[in-house]
Amino acid sequence: MQIDLRTVSIKPLRHTFDNIARRIGADKPASRYQEGTLDMQQTANFHYRPTWDPEHEIYDASRTAIKMADWYAFKDPRQFYYGAYTLARAKQQDTAEANFDFVENRGLASTLPESLRDTVLKLLLPLRHVAWGSNMNNASVCAYSYGTGFSQPHIYQAMDQLGIAQYITRVGLLLGDVESLDEAKRAWTEDDTWQGLRRYVEDSFVIKDPVELFVVQNVVLDGLMYPLVYDTIIDDVLSSQGGTPVAMLTQFMTDWYAETKKWVDATVKIAAAESPENKQILSQWLTAWRDRAAAALLPVARIALGERTDAVMADVVQQFNARMAKAGVAI
Amino acid sequence: MSTVFLALQTNEDTRPIIEAILQDNPSAVVDEQPAMVKINADGRLVVRRETIEELIGRDYDLQELQVNMITMSGNLDQTDDEITLFWKS
Amino acid sequence: MDMQVAKKKLGLKERYAVMTRGLDWTPSYQKMEDIYPCIAYEGIKIHDWDKWEDPFRLTMDAYWKYQAEKERKLYAIIDAFNQNNGHLNVTDARYINTVKLFISGISPLEYVAHRGFAHAGRAFPGPGPRVACLMQSLDEIRHAQTQVHSISNYNKYYNGMHDFHHMHDRVWFLSVPKSFFDDAITAGPFEFMVSIGFSFEYVLTNLLFVPFVSGAAYNGDMGTMTFGFSAQSDEARHMTLGLEVIKFILEQDPANVPIVQRWIDKWTWRGYRVLTLVAMMMDYMLPKRTMSWKEAWEVYFEENGGALFKDLARYGITMPKCAEQIALEKDHLSHQAWSTFYNYAAAANFHTWMPDEDEMAWLSSKYPESFDKQYRPRYEFWREQAAKGNRFYNKTLPMLCQTCQIPLVFTEPGDPTKICYREVDYKAEKYHFCSDHCKEIFEHEPEKYVQAWLPVHQIYQGNCFPEGTDPTAEGFDPLAAVLKYYNFENGRDNLDFDISEDKKNFDEWRGQATKNI
Repeated sequence: MQIDLRTVSIKPLRHTFDNIARRIGADKPASRYQEGTLDMQQTANFHYRPTWDPEHEIYDASRTAIKMADWYAFKDPRQFYYGAYTLARAKQQDTAEANFDFVENRGLASTLPESLRDTVLKLLLPLRHVAWGSNMNNASVCAYSYGTGFSQPHIYQAMDQLGIAQYITRVGLLLGDVESLDEAKRAWTEDDTWQGLRRYVEDSFVIKDPVELFVVQNVVLDGLMYPLVYDTIIDDVLSSQGGTPVAMLTQFMTDWYAETKKWVDATVKIAAAESPENKQILSQWLTAWRDRAAAALLPVARIALGERTDAVMADVVQQFNARMAKAGVAI
Repeated sequence: MSTVFLALQTNEDTRPIIEAILQDNPSAVVDEQPAMVKINADGRLVVRRETIEELIGRDYDLQELQVNMITMSGNLDQTDDEITLFWKS
Repeated sequence: MDMQVAKKKLGLKERYAVMTRGLDWTPSYQKMEDIYPCIAYEGIKIHDWDKWEDPFRLTMDAYWKYQAEKERKLYAIIDAFNQNNGHLNVTDARYINTVKLFISGISPLEYVAHRGFAHAGRAFPGPGPRVACLMQSLDEIRHAQTQVHSISNYNKYYNGMHDFHHMHDRVWFLSVPKSFFDDAITAGPFEFMVSIGFSFEYVLTNLLFVPFVSGAAYNGDMGTMTFGFSAQSDEARHMTLGLEVIKFILEQDPANVPIVQRWIDKWTWRGYRVLTLVAMMMDYMLPKRTMSWKEAWEVYFEENGGALFKDLARYGITMPKCAEQIALEKDHLSHQAWSTFYNYAAAANFHTWMPDEDEMAWLSSKYPESFDKQYRPRYEFWREQAAKGNRFYNKTLPMLCQTCQIPLVFTEPGDPTKICYREVDYKAEKYHFCSDHCKEIFEHEPEKYVQAWLPVHQIYQGNCFPEGTDPTAEGFDPLAAVLKYYNFENGRDNLDFDISEDKKNFDEWRGQATKNI
């Protein structure tokens, strides 16, 4: 049976779910982000303790030192639920695909000066392992953090980082070959240049506090590395030496960082604004890990920047500090 | 041999795919259900990219099939050219 | 241009290998056991993570592309369905009770699966399984959200769904699906993969989704049909992951075989018990039936699962032994479940009713061995009583099974006239079970199952009243207090369908749509 319903006007009994109405303060139509996020994680009457972490409940706010009266204070300014997220990435993916096609079909890779191509391979390819590390760390934050408002963006971040690792791999295959990837992995595990960064990444793997891990990975490491490598070295320094095709191949990373930074900043800001204790803890984490990350990135930056390294790095750190100050944490 | 199957949504995308599968697997049996087409075969079912491309007149990536796939049974092996569902025993 | 060396084009498999496997390295600044602390305690031995076969080789760019296409289609249909009051096209308002059951019982589990696969993905050192698990984690949040978004519109017009998160954590029968997933996610990562990845996704998911989704199609619910089929398109990927997990673990070490067999036995039974809800949905709640529970079990488990276990026999894996008992129960399961919910209609967030004459005839034809003999007389009696104004609402709380948490309502295998009870003494306490299988599961891990949050026990202990309730006060009504704790609107969310606001509104709205008033 098919009914023509165009003329029917019926009054809804309610406009959204009760939990949403309680949170937004009224029974009014809610967004898909709100309905797909708020209270999605179970909060009460868990049946069993995790055999892999018997000290805690399945979802347990005490896994982190950061304390929140309400974990749904965390909101993603991008309002990413799965649908919005995939549509955004599919669009970026389309652009990336067009860029790769453009560079590939016009043989632009072979127009790059030899030394520039070498620099790109040396600098960029080992970063696929850093992205892989980030994939794992963000999976960890997603699994062990509290409240969907906080945990949800981390699965997106995890998969974005896998995507980035795969884009870097494609750059490697385009400018070099499978052997270039092997060589980069060897450098990553053996060469002095990369050991500070590798140690940073491996040390982050054993961090149990999910909010600390968010800080160490998404705030600090990305916050220094992306402006340094993608915004400064590739888009600026190398482009001026004839490396524009490379900037096209890494446009995904540049755009991605500009977008995710908004969420990262909002998250730091909300946690810091909650209490002086939170602010104090964040400040300690940020300071300690910033110093380590900056030191670890120095030899990496030197691959492309030579003598300008220290000055550029100081600038990047400066900007990072300003960003955190704006989010409410002075470091 | 046990039965393997592949179930696809019934729509314009899958119409030529189903046709291609039946061409490549003469013994396969079609079971039409509401909004869904289930293709059963004895022990083995192959989906070939080339056959689909001939029918639709454009390049086809077998991964596109996932958009319309509902369920399946059997072990799965996928290459650029074909997807195979099979039981080993 | 002369420097251009002809590059070897990588095939799908090689390309996927450099895109995933190549990303991994062996750490040296931290110990493997500190980075991957959950990997050894279950006793599963993995010698070579690289032996993992990736079933679908999706890189992220392809994932985003195809998933976005699915999402675009899905939300276009949801929007159209809502704009056209598509809910008034369903067969009759009884159908909507299946949607209530789904959103409060199943959708929250999709969310747990999301977190569980993030945990498993983080726990495994091998890049193959990690990527597959994390992709599934991402899919599962999709399923949770698309279900909430599709059903959101039903919530605007019908009762019982308005506080489904709150209810899922509290309502007595929802502890059955909830404890099932809590059990899985609190197990080690390998057991989680066998429980959800294999037993649930591969062996049982067709029984949940195909009947539910084709039920929606049969009953005119295009919104649910669409999210269902769209979710199923991810399910094909999840099923291959589930099967790959099993094969991988079994091939790694012969010592893994008995561990995996025990998990398969346990999780097939645990999953089957949860599917009790699906069984009664199929046989009683869909105004237009697709197939009976018994038929679905025969096609999707006995036939299809039979092929699977035949294939796994080469590893020494056998059909779970509970399959024999399930075969004996298939003539009874849905009827016993529906009778129970009919009894407890005051304490459920959906309505129940007695089947009409045509439906009774359908049940007789599908269940010739059992329906007329054991269940029809009971229903006729209840129907008579209801006609006399004595609609039966059971107010006595039932005894629950310590493992599956279903009330002890199932009968002895082979004797449908006798309720099946089992018990175990453990550390000076007595524990009750619905079956030998639930009892065995308990006996293998008593320390886990004694923790269970059993709704009936919790009510009797006074833990299920709203804060500030004084049970010693004059005229205290415990049932009313429990319903408040559930956030039920007494008289709207619960009780018999015939007196429900849903029925009244639906008839009126549909009347407006078809007549000139």
